[in-house]
Amino acid sequence: MNTILKKSDSFYDVYERRPGADKLTTTYCPGCGHGVLHKLIAEALDDFGVREKTIFISPVGCSVFAYYYFHTGNVQVAHGRAPAVATGIKRAHPHSVVISYQGDGDLAAIGTAEIMHAANRGEGITVFFVNNAIYGMTGGQMAPTTLIGQKTMTSPRGRTVNNEGFPICMSEIIATLKAPVFVERVMIGDTKSTMHARQTVRKALKLQIEKNAFTFIEVLAACPSNMKMTPSRSRQWVKEVLADYFPLGVKKDVSGEFERKDLSRMVVKNSELHDALNIETAKVDSEKIAPYREKIINEEIKIAGFGGQGVLSLGTVLSEMSMRHNYEVSWLPSYGPEMRGGTANCSVKISKKKIGSPLVANPTILIAMNRPSLDKFEHDVISGGLIIYDDSLIDRKPTRDDVDVIAIPATKIADELGNTKAANMIIVGALIEYKNLMSQEVVLESLGDVLKRKNLVELNQKAILRGAEFIKNLKK
Amino acid sequence: MVTSKSRGHVVIDTEECKGCELCVEACPSSVLYSSDEFNTHGYHPAAYKGEGCTGCGICFYTCPEPGAMTVYKRWDLMTDTAECPRCGGEYKVFHTDEKPEVLVCTNCLKPIQEKVIPIR
Ligand SMILES: Cc1ncc(C[n+]2csc(CCOP(=O)(O)OP(=O)(O)O)c2C)c(N)n1
Ligand code: SF4
Ligand code: SF4
Repeated sequence: MNTILKKSDSFYDVYERRPGADKLTTTYCPGCGHGVLHKLIAEALDDFGVREKTIFISPVGCSVFAYYYFHTGNVQVAHGRAPAVATGIKRAHPHSVVISYQGDGDLAAIGTAEIMHAANRGEGITVFFVNNAIYGMTGGQMAPTTLIGQKTMTSPRGRTVNNEGFPICMSEIIATLKAPVFVERVMIGDTKSTMHARQTVRKALKLQIEKNAFTFIEVLAACPSNMKMTPSRSRQWVKEVLADYFPLGVKKDVSGEFERKDLSRMVVKNSELHDALNIETAKVDSEKIAPYREKIINEEIKIAGFGGQGVLSLGTVLSEMSMRHNYEVSWLPSYGPEMRGGTANCSVKISKKKIGSPLVANPTILIAMNRPSLDKFEHDVISGGLIIYDDSLIDRKPTRDDVDVIAIPATKIADELGNTKAANMIIVGALIEYKNLMSQEVVLESLGDVLKRKNLVELNQKAILRGAEFIKNLKK
Repeated sequence: MVTSKSRGHVVIDTEECKGCELCVEACPSSVLYSSDEFNTHGYHPAAYKGEGCTGCGICFYTCPEPGAMTVYKRWDLMTDTAECPRCGGEYKVFHTDEKPEVLVCTNCLKPIQEKVIPIR
């Protein structure tokens, strides 16, 4: 033990993030169990020298502001989602120490699915689960852990088994899963139990630091304010009543035989990716794509129509062809519950720069293949953008006057070619020609690799040419 | 005030204490009490009787506030009263075990040889 027991370095000296004049005290009520657990965690982070690589996930609940206090990396997440966010962070930063800190409303009610699956996957995180038998922050509503007979705001006559079921024992549930390495329920009740909790907190964090082990520590703690008890009385209640229903102790411990989990990231080589996606980049003649090498491209395209019009494959063809020009690409489909019919749309991003998110909220280009799609997305297009719509099916013109508009009777042209379904490729041809996005030659050559049905390649090549021709005639 | 019984020393930051009295109850030596004074938040902060602390640290782990309690476990390592360059007043300074050359002020809790920073 240290010679001086003082505020840990893993806490900020001054809580600058805390609004208002008082930047020295926490937001917790006098005697709240959260503060003690915070201190035990912070002390361990100090002692293990991991403060700088710790990422603390604060939940929704009274500990929502843990990021005011912990001088670590911090993320505050949506109610119950801490284990999911912790999963992502730990995987992206395998060398960090990730703490998912949650209350019982957070973990055992709204976030039940997240904790179950994170535990089941055995993510290399440490979960601290504060069970105070109540929703603290919102003023004392019943939690899944509220005891039978316990009166709360939402169980004013006391919780009954018939109406609300039994208090849920999360530690016992988590311990039944295969992946968790160490599961224990401790309490902050009296000195002895708190000092034991201290050891448990340290063991759990150590297991993450040394072995990337998933550990789950349930901490029975007092919420004097909502128990309407003095701090002293509330700790006694935790010890005598809460711990009577929720038995303390180790529920699972396989830390001895558990071998360090390897979290090094799987790095996929470009060539492996190309093999998996069946893209033969080598086949693309670099001479032919040379003119596009310096081209600055940053298109966000929304393609919409009804199911069966080939809206999604219009997007995939554009994406595949863009990859062949070494652009960065994303493709994101969105469709209704129907297998056929209904509406469908997809978002395609084509860029010279790496793409962060595949979502397209404000397209630079809208391709509308039916009326509802034009109605729905017309006003999302950025000013100066482009709307391409099939005027053989859409009986109105776009109302926007600050965008370019191309009306192309794609379906009618496709019919002339002998297959209505080629309408989407007519639009591909038109778009490429109008925007000079890529080499038509490369597109035509590669179509055979991209389309699944090889007997349609010729028809689709013709369709692309007809689309391009339509634009050339327009330009004349 | 310093007696041979005082093997430790406890400092309470009265502004950080919320008066929950858990430490008063937990101290095995019964050397803490609830002050009659109010702090600016309107709480009666805990106070140290001035002698008899054993440095056990129980109050530190009982207290929910990160910065309210500081326990010095080796009173015998304290020097005589000195002036702290940070907080200005006359305070006991304390040699830490790990770094004997570092003196720590029991009032502002900072090593006194380092660059002076404003007191909170
Ligand atoms: C999605 C969502 N639903 C509901 C709420 C309201 N809410 C805020 S805190 C809370 C309960 C937190 O209780 P618990 O997890 O037990 O933490 P404690 O406050 O007791 O520490 C709820 C329901 C919210 N913020 N977000
Ligand atoms: S309401 Fe309860 S859980 Fe929330 S800070 Fe107060 S004592 Fe702690
Ligand atoms: S360190 Fe121990 S003896 Fe000293 S005041 Fe705290 S609880 Fe009492």
